[in-house]
Amino acid sequence: MSDAVSVKMTVNGTSVEKQVEPRQHLTDFLRTELGLTGNHIGCEHGVCGACSVRVDGQVVRGCLMLATQADGAIVETIEGVVESGEVNGLIDAFVSRNALQCGFCTPGMILTAAELLSEGELLERAQIRDELSGNICRCTGYHSIVDAVESVLDKEDGRVSDDKLA
Amino acid sequence: MKASAFKYLRPNTMDEIFAAFAEHGDDAMILAGGQSLLPTLNMRLAQPAILVDINRIPELSGIERQGDIVRIGATTRHVEVLRSDIIASDLPLIGCAIQHVAHRGVRNRGTFGGSLSHADPAAEMAACAVASDATSILISSTGERRVPASDFFQGVMTTDRKWGEVLSSVEFPAFGSDEVWAFRELCRRQGDFAQVGVAAKARLSGSRLEELRLVVFGCEEYPKVSEIAVEMGSSGHSNAEIAAAVANELDPMTDLSGTADTKRIQARTLVERTLSDLIKGQAKGVRDE
Repeated sequence: MSDAVSVKMTVNGTSVEKQVEPRQHLTDFLRTELGLTGNHIGCEHGVCGACSVRVDGQVVRGCLMLATQADGAIVETIEGVVESGEVNGLIDAFVSRNALQCGFCTPGMILTAAELLSEGELLERAQIRDELSGNICRCTGYHSIVDAVESVLDKEDGRVSDDKLA
Repeated sequence: MKASAFKYLRPNTMDEIFAAFAEHGDDAMILAGGQSLLPTLNMRLAQPAILVDINRIPELSGIERQGDIVRIGATTRHVEVLRSDIIASDLPLIGCAIQHVAHRGVRNRGTFGGSLSHADPAAEMAACAVASDATSILISSTGERRVPASDFFQGVMTTDRKWGEVLSSVEFPAFGSDEVWAFRELCRRQGDFAQVGVAAKARLSGSRLEELRLVVFGCEEYPKVSEIAVEMGSSGHSNAEIAAAVANELDPMTDLSGTADTKRIQARTLVERTLSDLIKGQAKGVRDE
C-alpha cells in the first residue's frame, strides 16, 4: 500500500474518508471497504452493468472508475436509493412483473431505469429496451424488465396501464 | 480481473501533466474517461506504472463554436455531446452518431478525446471525425500540433499522437446549409460495437454528391475517406455502382463479428443505403439489424 492515496467522498449521504490503492475500482471499494454489496461484480470490463452505481447524479460502471477518481464525489448505491424511497415504484413494478429471478442484475437495472425515468421522456417499448441494453440479464429474457419499467412510465404519464405482457 | 498496481497522479494544470511526462517518461499513461483503458487494465492487457488522470483540467472539457469552427474538448463526456444544442445544430452527423456510442453508464463517463485516442476500428466518433474533416489538436510542453483526422488515425488503436503530447481538443468545420450527411451502423444490439458502419457527408448538386466524404468503419484497421467514392459521387454513377466500387476497395479485417467477405458484403449494402440517405437529403442515423 505504499502508493495508497487518500480519498474522501459522500456515500449514501455519509461522509467517508479512506486510504485506497490506486488500482482499486469503485465497486470493489464500496463492497470491500464499506460493505455495500448491493452493487455486484460481474464482468469487470464494462459489459454487464451489474456494478452500476451513481456518481454525482449519473449512473456509471463502478468497475470502470477508480475509487480514487471518486474523490470529492457524491456516490449513491442501490442501498442508498432504496433507503431514500426514490426507487420504490420501480421495485414494486419489478416484483409485480416478475422482472427478476436471481436478482444479480437488478440493482444495476433499477439504477439505470431510474435515470431513464428521471429524464421524463415518453418512451416506446423498443426505446426502453435500447436504453437498458447496457445491462445484461441472464434470467428473464428482458420482456418482464421492460414491462416493469413501462408500467412505471405509464403510471407517471397517466397513460392507461393495461396489461402489457409481451 | 484486477488491475496490476500503479501509481496515480491527478494534475490540475497542463503544466503538471507535462511535468509528469518529463519525470516518468514512457511509464506514464493518460487516463481520461477510462471506459476503454480500465477494461484493458482489469484484464492486464496494459500494465502502466503510472496513470495521469486528466479529468480535472477545466480547459480540456467543453463544446464551443467560434466562427465556423466547433471545438470539442478532449475530456467532454459522450453524454454532453449527446445533449449539446451546438452539436445538434452545427454538427448533426456527430449528434446522430453519438446516439450509437456505447450504453448510458459508459456515455456518462467516456470522453470524446479518449475515444479518438483509443482509436478502436469500430469507433463511431473516429469515423465521424474523418468524414467531417476534423482536426486533432495535440499539445505538448513545446507547443501545439494540428493534425487532420485523416492523418491522425494510423492503425488499430494507433494514432499520430507522440510521446509527451496530449490530445486537447478536436475542431470541426460547422456543417453548412448546403451539406447533407448520413450515418448507419450494423449491430446486433443498441450500443454495441458496430460490425460495420458508414459515416458520410457531401454537398448535394442535383442528384450528384460533390465533395463526398464517405468513411466505412468497423471494417479496416482505421477509418479513412473512400477515394473512389469521391470520384464516383460527382460523376453520375448509380448508388449501387458506387457501393460496389467502395466495397471492392475495402480490405476488411476478419473479427468476431464476421469474416472479411461478410463484412465486404455488409459494407456494400450499408454504403448503398447511406448514399440513398444522402441524396434524399433528410438523413437520419439508422441502426441496421
